[in-house]
Amino acid sequence: MRLRQESHGGVNVISMDGRLDSETAPRVQQELQALFPDDGLVVLDLSRTMYMSSAGLRVLLLVYRQAQRSAVRLALTGLSDDVRAIMDATGFLGFFTVVESVEEGVEALTV
Amino acid sequence: MTILEPIDAYPTQRISGFPVRAGRSLPFGATVVPGGVNFSVYSNHATAVTLVLYREGEPEPMAELPFPESFRVGSVHAMTVFGLDVEGLEYGYRVDGPNLPWEGHRFDPSVVLSDPYARMLTGHGPYRNRSRVALDDFDWEDDRPPRLAHEDLVIYELHVRGFTRHPSSGVAAPGTYAGLVEKIPYLKELGVNCVELMPVFEFDETDNVFTGVNYWGYSPIGFFAPKASYAATGRSHMQVDEFKHLVKEMHRAGIEVLLDVVFNHTAEGDERGPTISFKGLDNATYYMLTPEGYYYNFSGTGNTLNCNHPVVRGFVLDCLRYWAAECHVDGFRFDLAAVLGRGPGGELLHNPPLLESLAYDPVLRDRKLIAEAWDAAGLYQVGSFPHYSRWSEWNGRYRDTVRRFVKGDLGVTGELATRMVGSPDMYSRRGTAATVNFVTSHDGFTLRDLVSYDHKHNEANGEGNRDGDDGNHSWNCGAEGDTDDPAVLATRARQQRNALLLLLASRGVPMLLAGDELGRTQRGNNNAYCHDNPLTWLDWGLLEENADLFRFTRRAVAFRRAHPVLRGGSPASVHWHGVRAWQPDWSAHSRVLAAMFDGGGGDCVYVAANAHWEPHALELPEAPRGQRWHLFADTGAAPPVDAFEPGEEPPLANQAQLVAGPRSVVILVTR
Repeated sequence: MRLRQESHGGVNVISMDGRLDSETAPRVQQELQALFPDDGLVVLDLSRTMYMSSAGLRVLLLVYRQAQRSAVRLALTGLSDDVRAIMDATGFLGFFTVVESVEEGVEALTV
Repeated sequence: MTILEPIDAYPTQRISGFPVRAGRSLPFGATVVPGGVNFSVYSNHATAVTLVLYREGEPEPMAELPFPESFRVGSVHAMTVFGLDVEGLEYGYRVDGPNLPWEGHRFDPSVVLSDPYARMLTGHGPYRNRSRVALDDFDWEDDRPPRLAHEDLVIYELHVRGFTRHPSSGVAAPGTYAGLVEKIPYLKELGVNCVELMPVFEFDETDNVFTGVNYWGYSPIGFFAPKASYAATGRSHMQVDEFKHLVKEMHRAGIEVLLDVVFNHTAEGDERGPTISFKGLDNATYYMLTPEGYYYNFSGTGNTLNCNHPVVRGFVLDCLRYWAAECHVDGFRFDLAAVLGRGPGGELLHNPPLLESLAYDPVLRDRKLIAEAWDAAGLYQVGSFPHYSRWSEWNGRYRDTVRRFVKGDLGVTGELATRMVGSPDMYSRRGTAATVNFVTSHDGFTLRDLVSYDHKHNEANGEGNRDGDDGNHSWNCGAEGDTDDPAVLATRARQQRNALLLLLASRGVPMLLAGDELGRTQRGNNNAYCHDNPLTWLDWGLLEENADLFRFTRRAVAFRRAHPVLRGGSPASVHWHGVRAWQPDWSAHSRVLAAMFDGGGGDCVYVAANAHWEPHALELPEAPRGQRWHLFADTGAAPPVDAFEPGEEPPLANQAQLVAGPRSVVILVTR
């Protein structure tokens, strides 16, 4: 699992490559925490996340809580159909702003 | 500030390659603790216990960890194992001990047993009964139970899978908790405020010798585990979250969630049945046994859980507390609850400790407790169930009386009056919340079949039509089963409305069977426990086909909500009438009854029921307090004027007389 951070017109785009499961989750969580700004706009790009387990979803839940505590506005993009269905059925999806692309996320968070 | 890690986050020794330490005896089950998982299991008669760990889906264990003697406190074996990836972990126990059935012991160390406290089972595939550890992190936000007054409930009994499994349901995930969430707007429209879910504890849906299918699920395997195959996310092992999401969304819509729970027996059956969990953990503790070591069978299914044994009682309490506190469930309906009042030898207990414990439990204080107050061995406690002023009961006598009256039987008019005011002959001191009234339930005919069949038609069950109840008090209205005779169909439609209207105008808690508001049929099958197919699934096409019936039911539910006088009050606030006002006819040949519910506060409802095939002109009592009678419903009228929107009832032209048509129920309200 690799994390990358870029700036897109003032928005932090964090993308995650690889598998997000119980093996990688603790490290991803730490790295995300370090990459996360105290305020501003973040788009989490999951289009290169090959697999996400329930532990992975819990990482997202923690990210959501971190964003809530700080002044960060957060959007998710690149959800696979499977991940989207699981997040929907378990109610996690409702916590997030979900967008179809990084560009849409930048737009959604900056207007 | 540095937070010191707890000292027991470190292992003290290695067993089978895993770092471990002596665990905590409580809580039972597998609990995530700092650095590891604490496993705790009870067995009073075991000589050796081994924890068996698997990697997800692997046939062979990755390790077997015998509990050292020093890890046992009393009859509890506990061990903390460090460094486990709980997400990919499956586990079970091997338990050794005497195999002396005549002394009650059936230990078999060749079997890997389910943890009775497991929050999840694998739920599918060849290793479906393996236990799993749940990641306990669900965001309930500000969820709080609606905490509706018991007498204000309108219960809707449904099967999680059957409710949305039919292709016509149009949901994204048919047959699941998530699918049910999608139907919440429908439940809101109908107006019910409480769903009672048929069993959702893990059970084996293939466990049936006749059809190979157990659909209803009254045969539990994992009492703490929501059924994985009812979850769209079951294969990702997210069923606990999905179930919690269902409860949360129901609550958001103001709807309570009750679970139909089965603590009278398990799927392990009798001495011929499989060993899954209790049988191999401590048979003599968990089951009621004869002096010869055979299984008492008060449940009609092979075995009987020994639920008044102190350890088993603790198990039941732990289980219900879990569902209430961790899963926010609002209450429980106890299958064959009379069994829960029996002692270890099957004897009837005067003051059953389990029922008493549940009644006074601090965690369960605000949760509904509803007993099916009978068992399969002839014990019938409707009206005499040990209630501690706390328990409600499925009122089987209400069901039978309304069915018989609507059918036209003689000699039940007086009893109907008693049932309509909350059965004070049985529940006078407990109030109307004590009686759960119903005409149909999952067990027996659907409402449409009740008026379409004289006899049960269970041929497809493979039991030669010998299964299911013969005493249904049903009437086919002139033709058995399908017909295109318009007169028969009209009578059936009216009879369904009659039953629904009487149910929703009676004091006590009404319970509707899902689909009855749409004319659901099981083609005369009154025991469809073994069919997982369109026979039992709700066909949503009926919503269009029977739009009249749906509209009628919706209005009747709304009417009940608008009139508190129908939900409670003293029996003295109901005045009885007959063909003549103020003169009820209690004679055995009477088929006419009228009740005026008048609490004196301006809320007054008049209900007239005519089960005769002739019309009767009824003299109306004067509407109290200078008001006028308005017509809410008349089942003898053609839709859509068979019922009006509550609040928009037209005034009655003739305030002195009402003609109740053949086999009809009429409801008036004052304004």
